[in-house]
Amino acid sequence: MIKVQGLSKAYQVAKRSSGVKQAMKALFKREYKIVEALNDISFTIEQGEIVGYIGPNGAGKSTTIKVMSGILVPDHGTCTVMGYTPWKDRVNYVKHIGVVFGQRSQLWWDVPVLDSFDLLRDIYKVPEEEYRSTLALLTETLELEEIIQMPVRQLSLGQRMRCEIAASLLHSPSVLFLDEPTIGLDAVSKIAVRRFIRRINEEKGVTIILTTHDMNDIEALANRIILIGKGKLLYDGSLNAIRNRFGTGKTITVVYSHHNEPLQVEGAVVESWSAERAVLSVDTSQVVISEVLIRLSQQVELLDVTIDTLPIEDMIVQLYKEHQI
Amino acid sequence: MKLYGKYIAMLFKSQMQYRASFWLLTLGQFLVPFSVFAGLYFLFERFGQIRGWEFQEVALCFSIIHMSYALSECFARGFDSFSTLVGNGDFDRVLVRPRSTVLQVLGSKFEFSRVGKLAQSLFVLGWAISQLVMDWSMLKVLVLLFMIVSGVCIFTGIFILAATMCFWTVQGLEIANIFTDGGREMAQYPLNIYQKWVVRFFTFIIPFGCVNYLPLLYLLGKSTGNDLPYMLAPLAGIAFLVPCLLMWSHGVRHYRSTGS
Repeated sequence: MIKVQGLSKAYQVAKRSSGVKQAMKALFKREYKIVEALNDISFTIEQGEIVGYIGPNGAGKSTTIKVMSGILVPDHGTCTVMGYTPWKDRVNYVKHIGVVFGQRSQLWWDVPVLDSFDLLRDIYKVPEEEYRSTLALLTETLELEEIIQMPVRQLSLGQRMRCEIAASLLHSPSVLFLDEPTIGLDAVSKIAVRRFIRRINEEKGVTIILTTHDMNDIEALANRIILIGKGKLLYDGSLNAIRNRFGTGKTITVVYSHHNEPLQVEGAVVESWSAERAVLSVDTSQVVISEVLIRLSQQVELLDVTIDTLPIEDMIVQLYKEHQI
Repeated sequence: MKLYGKYIAMLFKSQMQYRASFWLLTLGQFLVPFSVFAGLYFLFERFGQIRGWEFQEVALCFSIIHMSYALSECFARGFDSFSTLVGNGDFDRVLVRPRSTVLQVLGSKFEFSRVGKLAQSLFVLGWAISQLVMDWSMLKVLVLLFMIVSGVCIFTGIFILAATMCFWTVQGLEIANIFTDGGREMAQYPLNIYQKWVVRFFTFIIPFGCVNYLPLLYLLGKSTGNDLPYMLAPLAGIAFLVPCLLMWSHGVRHYRSTGS
């Protein structure tokens, strides 16, 4: 469905230094440096997948999305989406895709949402019949009835984002690019947006490429993640593989009846310790949890045991660290 | 074309949200060009005529070019303020929609308050025609309309060229105003009052002379020889759009977008 091969893009960025004097100098003579936004990126995405595209700020996520949606022309490499090369056959290609930029609106600011939708219908030449049924479905599932008559500028961020997503689906695209769709949303809106994304993927088979900094988005939606840093592709695989790799580290928190001596447990590292409570970290690839618990119970009288896996957020941080980005 | 109408309707609805500001702007746009016209009036009051051109004749010249300018400011405002569209990244949105970029940029903005300017130039046009002693024919009316259309094309072409520069510079270039404002100021007088090189520049490079001066000679019966070339001269203005649009489509490929 989507095939990206050897994609590279570099920007020429003017070096900026502080101070008025330096700024004056820059007026006449400028030094440039080349920033490699994308460096030999390749991947393929099948129809119906939800892919989380992650990486720190400035890693090249947005640039990739912009190349895939036909906004930018890469320096090298090829990209085909449904048989189209996005930047070559732009007009025919973009009929099949929807794009949501979380930080920018695609709606007309001063008019009711419905008016924006109507204009989008004309822009995309959606047949009236189809438009009406799609709109009815979107209105119902995204709960837009009450806000659809309001001008966009009066909407809250969460309401607006629901409208943005609806707007990008009016022409029933096969691929949906979501660039930070949950940025700045409250917990309730986030969950609503996630549920909806999942639903259109399952019911309509829409392929979804999602960039985000919120790992909960990834956990709730994506089965596969692509990690990019400093323009390079660092990881491409399932979320479970990452879990298996970094999820072997467990944290055991134990509460026990008063015990004055420091704990010493073979196979576990004591992170913190007090007379009633201790936190230990264990690598399950080295030692079995039950072993540790047996050893613990031999030393103290256990009152409570909690075992936690490393949060996905921390796993990603580990991954970033590993690649030094 | 139908879609363009819908874009405009949308912008009109938006504009009507701010009615007071609309009326004030329109009034301002109506009054400002009068000071320019008053300057013209006092000039002729003092000197009587310039190189054989009467005040009324120059007024006709003046109104045609101002009307073209007002119209192109209305319709091509999207190109005129294109640097903001590039600067805030909204051009990304234009590129992910399945319509031509030119149409979408034209539809991104419409300056309704320029109706004031338009009314002012209509007023002067009406006055000039009423003062001039000339026999109007259907053909002459057509040539007059042709001149205005052609003028709109030239101004729009310059706006498009200036907008194209934004693909490389991101910020707008005031230098283009030399050709829009400057061109308008020059072309509001008959071209033959200027130096030779000015006349050549505004005939062959940016063909203001072809939309205004040359056909005006025909309208006022000052042309010599065959009338046809004078009547068809405004075609040059429409032809001017072609290289501008080519430059534009070349520029779009150089679009660099802005950060995330």
